[in-house]
Amino acid sequence: MLNPDLVGRTFTSADSVTVTKEAIQKFAEVLGETNLDIAPPTFSISITLEQSQSLLQDSGLDWTRVVHGEQRFELKRPIIAGDVLTCSSTIESARNVAGNEIVTVRSDLHDNSNLVLSTWSTLVVRA
Amino acid sequence: MSKFVTGQELPAQTFTINRTLLKNYANASGDQNPIHQDEAFAKSVGLPDVIAHGMLTMGLAGKFLSNISGAENVLEFSAKFIKPVVVPANTDVFLIVSGKVGEIVDGLAKIELLAMCNEVKVLGVAKGVIKLK
Repeated sequence: MLNPDLVGRTFTSADSVTVTKEAIQKFAEVLGETNLDIAPPTFSISITLEQSQSLLQDSGLDWTRVVHGEQRFELKRPIIAGDVLTCSSTIESARNVAGNEIVTVRSDLHDNSNLVLSTWSTLVVRA
Repeated sequence: MSKFVTGQELPAQTFTINRTLLKNYANASGDQNPIHQDEAFAKSVGLPDVIAHGMLTMGLAGKFLSNISGAENVLEFSAKFIKPVVVPANTDVFLIVSGKVGEIVDGLAKIELLAMCNEVKVLGVAKGVIKLK
């Protein structure tokens, strides 16, 4: 059970992530993308997943029972090699539906102070 | 002049998913959850078999958007994961993605996506917003 006091709180990663050409190429090639110079629309999950996972584990959520319910991306611009991104994650909501806990985490990726993208992960913790 | 008009049906694109792709996606994305690679583990937690990462399925639907607009023109993209894509050993599973052009406002087009696997809809309310060139 997620501590309800944590809803609305934002956690910012201490370390930034430098996006490499290799990381973009590897992700793009798996999806069959032909443009290997910019990140595919869903690439950011490889940066934000770990952050939101550790945030929620630290918040008391049982990760072994988590199912990915929904994902949304809003991109200001594509991620490119050389971007130095910081990730801040906010638990936007946590509610209980028929015994299942439904948690939405928003992660924002910034390059310096410029927002590159926001992504929302909705996770269902099965009862 | 935009090549898209509201109501236009976008032809289906087929993506092949197999265990090799799941392993490669796990390595590229960092999501090493064993339900996507280990059959015995997947079954132990009540799944019929290994299932694809939801984000892989969504990533392939994202490729549909990149194909029609260029990845740099995809501004929004969202989907619900409503049914798992089951990937048995030594088997190719086909994800068929099609789309329909929705509202077009100020050079931005909404695209409604349909992602089917074995005649089952696997993504719910999947949609994107693309910038028209």
